[in-house]
Amino acid sequence: MTTFPLDKLSLRTQVRMKVNGEPHVLLVKPWQTLLEALREELGLTGTKEGCGNGNCGCCTILMNGKTVNSCLVLAPEADGAEILTVEGLAQNGRLDPLQKAFIQYGALQCGFCTPGFLLSAKYLLQENPNPTEHQVRLAIAGNLCRCTGYDKIVRAILAVARGEVQ
Amino acid sequence: MTTTTPFRYIGKPIPKADALERVTGTARFGADLKLPGMLHGKVLRSPHPHAYIRRIDASRALALEGVKAVVTAQDLPPLEDARAAFGGELMIDLDHLRRLTIAHEKALFEGHAVAAVAATSPEIAEAALELIQVDYEVLPVVENALDAMKPDAPLLHPNLYTRTLGEKPSKPSNIATIVEVGFGDLEKAWAAADVVVEQSFETQMVHQGYLEPQACVAWVDADGRIHVWTTTQGTFNAQRMLSALLKVPLHMLNVIPAEVGGAFGGKIYVILEPLAILLSRKAGRPVKMVMDRAEVFRATGPASPAYITVKAGAKRDGTLTGLYAKIVMDAGAFPGAPVQGATWCIFAPYKAPAMKVEAYDVVTNKPRVQAYRAPGATAAAFASESTLDMLAERLGLDPLEFRLRNAAQEGDQNVTGQTYGRIGVKAILEAIRKHPHWNTPLQGKNRGRGLAMGAWMGAILTSSSQVVVNVDGTVQIVTGQVDITGTRTSMLQMVADMLQLPLDHISIRVGDTNCTPYTDLSAGSRTTFTQSAALARACQSVIAQMKAQAADALSKPDRRLTPEDIEYADGKFWVKSDPEQVLPWRQVAGLTRTRGTGPIVGTGTVTRLQPANEFSAQLCDVEVDPETGKVKILRFTAFQDAGRVINPIQVEGQMQGGAVQGIGWGLFEYYAWDKGKLRNPTLLDYREPTALDLPMIDTCIVEVPAPDGPLGVRGVGEPPIVPGPAALANAIYRAVGVRLTKLPMTPETVFWAIQEKKQAEHLQAVAGDGA
Repeated sequence: MTTFPLDKLSLRTQVRMKVNGEPHVLLVKPWQTLLEALREELGLTGTKEGCGNGNCGCCTILMNGKTVNSCLVLAPEADGAEILTVEGLAQNGRLDPLQKAFIQYGALQCGFCTPGFLLSAKYLLQENPNPTEHQVRLAIAGNLCRCTGYDKIVRAILAVARGEVQ
Repeated sequence: MTTTTPFRYIGKPIPKADALERVTGTARFGADLKLPGMLHGKVLRSPHPHAYIRRIDASRALALEGVKAVVTAQDLPPLEDARAAFGGELMIDLDHLRRLTIAHEKALFEGHAVAAVAATSPEIAEAALELIQVDYEVLPVVENALDAMKPDAPLLHPNLYTRTLGEKPSKPSNIATIVEVGFGDLEKAWAAADVVVEQSFETQMVHQGYLEPQACVAWVDADGRIHVWTTTQGTFNAQRMLSALLKVPLHMLNVIPAEVGGAFGGKIYVILEPLAILLSRKAGRPVKMVMDRAEVFRATGPASPAYITVKAGAKRDGTLTGLYAKIVMDAGAFPGAPVQGATWCIFAPYKAPAMKVEAYDVVTNKPRVQAYRAPGATAAAFASESTLDMLAERLGLDPLEFRLRNAAQEGDQNVTGQTYGRIGVKAILEAIRKHPHWNTPLQGKNRGRGLAMGAWMGAILTSSSQVVVNVDGTVQIVTGQVDITGTRTSMLQMVADMLQLPLDHISIRVGDTNCTPYTDLSAGSRTTFTQSAALARACQSVIAQMKAQAADALSKPDRRLTPEDIEYADGKFWVKSDPEQVLPWRQVAGLTRTRGTGPIVGTGTVTRLQPANEFSAQLCDVEVDPETGKVKILRFTAFQDAGRVINPIQVEGQMQGGAVQGIGWGLFEYYAWDKGKLRNPTLLDYREPTALDLPMIDTCIVEVPAPDGPLGVRGVGEPPIVPGPAALANAIYRAVGVRLTKLPMTPETVFWAIQEKKQAEHLQAVAGDGA
């Protein structure tokens, strides 16, 4: 036999979540991560998997208002939770100031890590609207970016904090 | 193409054309695609770095419910043309590409693909892997290039004979190639020198570290047509490799580019694609394959480790008399280490009457390397730029003035024999001399400033694009040129100025291989440079065709006009001899719908441009904590000759991102091996720089137009990674007096180097007392 319990393959668990303001009832595999549920069940592929073990931050989302690596949360653990993903950042067709600033400052290149950075930054500015450069760097230290060298990302977040991008 | 009006878009910080989809999460990367009926593929990988594969029994896996196909090396069609070779930057021949794709009689590195499974869910596919029985006969491991070169080393390939300029060797070897280039008399050079410095250096295997793991979906349809959606730097290169591996003609094989989540040279070879196609063909359904991070570390192509010895001699006034290097590079399991890049780059910024490089491409039981941003150059510069700093210090000369005295310029010769056209080495060094960073004294204990240069020859290859005019006058660029760095934006800017049209009238589409003209991969800092020439030709053709339309429309019964009678500027065509007769662009475009003369399509292709050699330099200030060995970067400035800047935000972005990869290579990153097994295949233990490790990265761009191409553009992607490790090593030396010759310069390494220095000083003091 394999180490995977094949007889459990058909198990499903019901999970209720509010994702980007919309209520959903999902039947997930009990071992499925929140990341997989968002991507595979809800088709919200903006949240990315870069490592699958919480080291790269590409799958960062807000769960009940706080940042989590969605690859480290099991979908059933998110039962009853409110989730915000990159797809929910723009409101009524209006980009979030962070999204605008990332474009304006050139704070993205390949864009694979961008959703995670946007949500880490969103959380930071919620908790601390006037961060220093060091506080910004600390807040995004769990998000890896291999293209930009972080410079323009830090500048974009600081610009939003200073109200320079609305 | 020359335009009479000043540029409206070239040189301006235009926001990235594809940014909106990236900040809203709608850009489609390799793993984002889902097709009806899609299966999930997984790869069984060798746990042994070196082993014969005696037998593979997949019967139990095939019996598992939900498993739809299993493939092994047996499923590849037999090799026909053993001489075919592929690559772009680091070439690989077809036989080796086949064996790299899936192990044949031998597994040659830990993680080497042995079999692949497609099943109805990822869980079943993974369970099936455990049910495949493989009998291995474990072989001794060749751990590094120096061991591999020993006469009694176990051989990886029984039929690999060293390629050299000398006689064909009689026995096989792990040394694939020996390159020897140079000019002048080195013995005379050392004799003429007042100071000669010789030092050996070592760098480790590192990974490009792109955040998007390799991913693809393959579908072999009912007609046998192959569709592959994949995250690759070159759809046509992938198509050619797949065609040769699978013996399928090109028209039956469509490679569709997904957005690429970082590549840096690491997404050139096909890797999952051939397995996914074989599985799809067997199963009759689409197959998706996505690597996990450990697979990315173990089984993709990282960057070569290197052993480099540099010898440099100079006269008291700082004039170099000779430069020599021996470069040994580890290619991993199959030949193709970037020895040519290393050789071209190692002394590229300098002139000397005698130069020589001997370089060795050696195979070991590690993953086969791929390109990593300026492949070969970073390790080379770590060695040469450290040695030159040592030489400047021995001569008591300022490191900047010493480099300026020996700076290569137009007419000087690279070690490979290439004579330089216009290059920017002096312009960069002059820019440093004037820069506030250089002119601000660095004060404080354990602090030091380091300077180093970098180089890249600049790749060329073939580039094509089409410029299509719609009947409403809008324009789209249709290209197969994969965008990995923002080239869609720079191509839009160039076309807008070349056609003298507003930017918002133009769009760009990166299309698949069945719908776009052949273009080579996006690599080697070649895209914007070569596309500037291809697009200029396409736009010239478009304007000529549009002039013909305008001439026709403006002709009168008594006077037939030819295209030569028509002038064009800023969206208007008029008759040269009668400027009152004007037709706007839009109207001329509309004519093509009904006149039977359209559509207007300009195709531009270039293959032979003179290389646009690229140079960079970096200046960094560090503070070393002698108690912990930790290196803190206080200030960092990247300098580069961009030839002509198309988009300053993007050029800066390349410089900053490249610089930080160089910093990672210098301070943190390495493959930790234990007898051929990788101990750190995670992004926690393989430590890429985070935002907290860095200061802002300042940039200073100089523009020395490239000798060829319509705009003077030089590629900008590669050079910024090159100087970092050397600049850091030079800064650390000035901070705490220890010369580090091995990468990475982790806190532990720095700490022990400081301890050794203290110990040596103590022993010297004791010996002094005794005397």
